[in-house]
Amino acid sequence: MTNKSQPTNLVEVKNLSKFFYQRRSVVKAVDDVSFYIPRGETLGLVGESGCGKTTCGRTLLKLYPATSGQIIYDGKDVTGNLSRRELKAFKKSAQVIFQDPYSSLDPRMTIAEIVAEGIDVHFTYSHKQKHDKVTELLAAVGLTEEFANRFAHELSGGQRQRVGIARALAVDPDFIVCDEPISALDVSIQAQIVNLLIRLQKERNLTYLFISHDLSMVKHISDRIGVMYLGSLVELAPSLEMFEKPLHPYTSALLSAIPSADPEHERTRERIRLPGEVPSAMDPPSGCKFRTRCHYAIDRCAAEVPTLDEAKSGHFVACHRWKELAGALGEAI
Amino acid sequence: MEKLLSVKNLRVSFNTYVGEVRAVRGVDFELQSGETLAFVGESGCGKTVTAKALMRLLQEPFGEIKEGSEIIYQGEDVLAMDKKRLQRYRGNDIAMIFQDPMTSLNPTMTCGKQIMESLILHKKIGKEEARAEAIEMLRLVDIPDPEKRMDSYPHQLSGGMRQRVMVAIALSCQPKILIADEPTTALDVTIQAQILELLSELKDKLDTAIILVTHDLGVVANLADRIQVMYAGHIVERGQASEVFYNPQHPYTWALLSSVPTLAQGAKQELYSLKGTPPDLILPLNHCPFAARCEYAMTICRQAMPEETGLSDSHRVSCWLQHPLAPEVKPFYGREVTRHDKQVSTN
Repeated sequence: MTNKSQPTNLVEVKNLSKFFYQRRSVVKAVDDVSFYIPRGETLGLVGESGCGKTTCGRTLLKLYPATSGQIIYDGKDVTGNLSRRELKAFKKSAQVIFQDPYSSLDPRMTIAEIVAEGIDVHFTYSHKQKHDKVTELLAAVGLTEEFANRFAHELSGGQRQRVGIARALAVDPDFIVCDEPISALDVSIQAQIVNLLIRLQKERNLTYLFISHDLSMVKHISDRIGVMYLGSLVELAPSLEMFEKPLHPYTSALLSAIPSADPEHERTRERIRLPGEVPSAMDPPSGCKFRTRCHYAIDRCAAEVPTLDEAKSGHFVACHRWKELAGALGEAI
Repeated sequence: MEKLLSVKNLRVSFNTYVGEVRAVRGVDFELQSGETLAFVGESGCGKTVTAKALMRLLQEPFGEIKEGSEIIYQGEDVLAMDKKRLQRYRGNDIAMIFQDPMTSLNPTMTCGKQIMESLILHKKIGKEEARAEAIEMLRLVDIPDPEKRMDSYPHQLSGGMRQRVMVAIALSCQPKILIADEPTTALDVTIQAQILELLSELKDKLDTAIILVTHDLGVVANLADRIQVMYAGHIVERGQASEVFYNPQHPYTWALLSSVPTLAQGAKQELYSLKGTPPDLILPLNHCPFAARCEYAMTICRQAMPEETGLSDSHRVSCWLQHPLAPEVKPFYGREVTRHDKQVSTN
């Protein structure tokens, strides 16, 4: 894979922060987050609502200007102001699929128009070429040609999400941020969309940032998973390892909350109950942000901010006590 | 155990400009006091419509409960209730919490007022008393600092808190039946776990029967005593939770169970997904509604409606595969194949 003209890591994020300034307060939506995504891989980003995972994805795509930090895309720093030409090239290469298939499609445009919108911006195609491309894209996401002239309201949730995927693919991107693409769908449809995304990744060598709050689905698509809490990355590990040996107390609590379709297992297992709710991002706790809900918090957690350390090769964790807790956490799941 | 609700041959139609959409097509079931019954199925299978019909919440004349349907609540015919009795029935006897806690609370009223509203209306008590009771309700659903939260508006609360307020409103008049329509779909996994735990605690504390409507079988495993799997307005399989989870017999149940990812599966593995879409409910159906998507469909499945076959007192399936002449099939539902095979051979 390593090639001089193509860096191994398509996306690299270094100390990225995104703060939203309000009249008197600052919301630290993304606070000093670093990660990388190798070409052709998927990084899953999970966490509860309000933990900054969507903001992280959007900042990465330059939909929000970053407050500080660096975004290196395909070996180039794209953080600051880019020329029109560079920005256009970046936007062609990095696309997004949105969460809500109901509100992310224009109700007044036909499916063909929605899918072709990006083509008009980035390519100079003849009418015929454009038509062929749209048909090909619809086929790639499992929709027939008949859908081209329909409107979004005529489609079911799963079909709409397929249109959203076709729209993202229209400009032949290398990188797609999937922002909760399955949360609004039925379980049976979720599986279809995840399978589709996995297939497209293989066919087109795509790189994904897959944002979701559903750990069990994320596991199926991701090579590595990052867990976010209140704007910070608390754990980053290969997905199987994350499920087998979580090192952060928050990760193990998230894993234990996944419902399983097995009544006996459900009745016998002990759930890790997190007391309370996520604190406000305007006024996060000092030190480790998770300490207010952590069963293992000690005085040190309030005083010092834990850094994201490499515990094992490729497995990063931001916790002062991960060494002592390593044995205790895996069992609850 | 006393029989609270008995539903016979419930049929609900929506009259639209393209024709009559028959959303529920002959559903029978009973609900005992204190038990939890789950309706499971994809969107559009009629589970929410069934739940709404129980409360007579369908918009008439657009939504119509067809003649011959029967809903009996403790010996009383719900379909014959007049406006006044219905007012009392909803709230006092049966209450509902909705899927989306963001939109089902009134944004212009404080949470406390919204709980007090139903107390004053149904229990005919004064303001002071209602306030005290509302605070008690908020405490019951584990809302921290209930006195303060009484005066909060819904937008000041998080999604999980709002859903707790919804539960508090629904339970304020101690209904015998609580209908929870996708109570956790809009919530995070951790909050979902909290709400499910809350429901199961309250069920024991208040002895309320719960009807849980959901598309996710994982959600009901912990809570449900009995499960009814619905498809295209029919109940295709029903039974005790353990029977449906460990010995599923209908191909649609297999499909639902396999599309829930298990933690044991490896990463980047293809998930099972059901092909096709549910049938158009405008069309009449005189054969098995699942036949078009079923991998085991036989000729008979496309010609006649299967009868409901009883496998035990509680476990019943509508599928032609249960017919004595049907071939034995091995379900694709991987995890429980061994257990299932044993069952098939003894049948």
